[in-house]
Amino acid sequence: MNADRHEHVSSEAASPEGYNFAYLDEQTKRMLRRALLKAVAVPGYQVPFGGREMPLPYGWGTGGIQVTAAVIGSDDVLKVIDQGADDTTNAVSIRRFFVTTTGVDTTEKTCDATVIQTRHRIPETPLSEGQILVYQVPIPEPLRFIEPSETETRKMHALQEYGVMHVKLYEDIAHFGHIATAYAYPVKVNGRYVMDPSPIPKFDNPKMHQSPALQLFGAGREKRIYAVPPFTDVESLDFEDYPFEIQSWDHHCDICGASESFLDEVVTDDQGGRLFVCSDTDYCRTRVEAEGVQAVASPAKTQEVLS
Amino acid sequence: MYVAVKGGEKAIDHAHNLLARRRRGDTRQAALSVAQIREQMKLAVDRVMTEGSVYDPELAALAVKQASGDLMEAIFLLRAYRTTLPRLAVTSPVNTGDMLVQRRISATFKDVPGGQVLGSTYDYTHRLLDFKLLAEGEAESDVAERASSEEPAAADESVARCPRVLEMLNSEGLIESAKPENEQPGDLTREPLDYPADRATRLQALARGDEGFLLALAYSTQRGYGRNHPFAGEIRQGYVAVEIVPEELGFAIDIGDIELTECEMINQFVGSKDRAPQFTRGYGLGFGQCERKAMAMALVDRSLRAAEFDEERDSPAQNEEFVLSHCDNVESNGFVSHLKLPHYVDFQSELELLRKLRKEFEEHGSNRPAAKTNAATTATEVTS
Repeated sequence: MNADRHEHVSSEAASPEGYNFAYLDEQTKRMLRRALLKAVAVPGYQVPFGGREMPLPYGWGTGGIQVTAAVIGSDDVLKVIDQGADDTTNAVSIRRFFVTTTGVDTTEKTCDATVIQTRHRIPETPLSEGQILVYQVPIPEPLRFIEPSETETRKMHALQEYGVMHVKLYEDIAHFGHIATAYAYPVKVNGRYVMDPSPIPKFDNPKMHQSPALQLFGAGREKRIYAVPPFTDVESLDFEDYPFEIQSWDHHCDICGASESFLDEVVTDDQGGRLFVCSDTDYCRTRVEAEGVQAVASPAKTQEVLS
Repeated sequence: MYVAVKGGEKAIDHAHNLLARRRRGDTRQAALSVAQIREQMKLAVDRVMTEGSVYDPELAALAVKQASGDLMEAIFLLRAYRTTLPRLAVTSPVNTGDMLVQRRISATFKDVPGGQVLGSTYDYTHRLLDFKLLAEGEAESDVAERASSEEPAAADESVARCPRVLEMLNSEGLIESAKPENEQPGDLTREPLDYPADRATRLQALARGDEGFLLALAYSTQRGYGRNHPFAGEIRQGYVAVEIVPEELGFAIDIGDIELTECEMINQFVGSKDRAPQFTRGYGLGFGQCERKAMAMALVDRSLRAAEFDEERDSPAQNEEFVLSHCDNVESNGFVSHLKLPHYVDFQSELELLRKLRKEFEEHGSNRPAAKTNAATTATEVTS
């Protein structure tokens, strides 16, 4: 999004095999940047854009890839995560795509990255000013599962007709005693638009609020872009008597001992054996590397996980 | 240990190597050439061109080869290539009335000016496996014999300039005129689909749409889900000239021929106090020989015009958002297949919630409102 960053971007900086820098042609990037500017200007509003067919499948991050392609410059440092991890197959595939088409440096360290493309997580390490977090979004419309018609949901957003969303959350409470939405938990941005934060666990929702980083959302198949500019209010929907709360675990990370991070459960055998490890692999490794952190799991188990 | 922690990179490389080997198959067999696919699997190539939205038999054949014959994968390959192509010019609308016809049939009149031309079709073959084709090096002599035994030099015989069947009805006012849309048609590969869509945009989406999906929808209209009384007014297949008008020249130049299949359906009539009853139309068009697709497209096109004729709209095939949002197989295949991607985090969130709910249930016994069995659906419907 930084204009100066893009001065480097031109067809001369072309990548191998006759493709333009970051795959998309400059006209397409311009179209994307216009949509992004509009999205930043109207936080949480879904901007339709002329989504292109990418060489990766729809549903596998084409929206995020197009957004990243539109904002990335040759001096950017890219991090790609899926489920919080840098080494999940789709994260590897997307990172390779950008290495091939842009030649930018990549990193696994959250603090070293200027652009982070993510699927389903926000890194545990707090983001800082100047960083861009690009989310891959499957279904951008938070009201979609209440109202399947696009014509209707657009009207509902225009009129701020969000009562149905609260009714849905209320019904959850009536049925289960809790709001039964554990991820893709709806938020209200800047006091105006109800927005789908993409399928991140609700654990990550508070990180969006007043984040110093720019948060961009791309939904390729649905052809929508939206954004949360830095330092914007992002409020998870709730009720006074049923306030929003995040997940917690009775466990610590079996590798780094973290108690404040989102934990993945790993099934270790068919006898009910379980390990809990940080979903954010960079966070976990940084903690292990830092002095003073002792693995709480038995050495044998830790060895197994790391191998 | 499990892939998510380490090894994603290596796993991908190995998978690609294995794929390359599997695609080639047993190396004692000669490799298929792209030319062989183009010539001998023409209908596959035509489908890939139609749904891939690129008229290039060679690239389509290459895609079929690269995709090991998986046509959806081939369509995806061609689409991804198409994105990168520059738009050099916009052609003038092709005139299918001037088609060099290789096949042309009408189900509405016994004979029509220009005649019924059966062309090459599987329609009247008996579906008996031809074990002669099993024999290596297929009896070339047999093929040659068939060609020579026919009176007109068969294959390349085309009939030029057949008047269109529907125009004959039109001259009597029995059918609605095909209203020319004056404005430039949109391009849904450049502009996102906006509802309600105009007919040109709808047809564009249907032309790219999945043959199987459209066929099923078309079939549903025949079985009563949005019935529209169709007759196959005319189906024609053959070559038409493509022209562009370069600004520097100011007149049209012919840049080549493409093969098309066109279907014009005649559908139930409408009329009102102020308007004499008339038949209505449904339209289908695709690259190469794609009759099934063109017919299905024409039926669905007509269904989607229900609002225009103030018809009741209660069937899937009449619901524009339903049809257009789901007919593209690159989109649907991508989104369904993405369920293969890891969802550990979302699933973990659900697990945590479910354990909590179950714990509370046990603690409170029956005091707590019972967790309904649809718990999973309520919570997972947002999955992705």
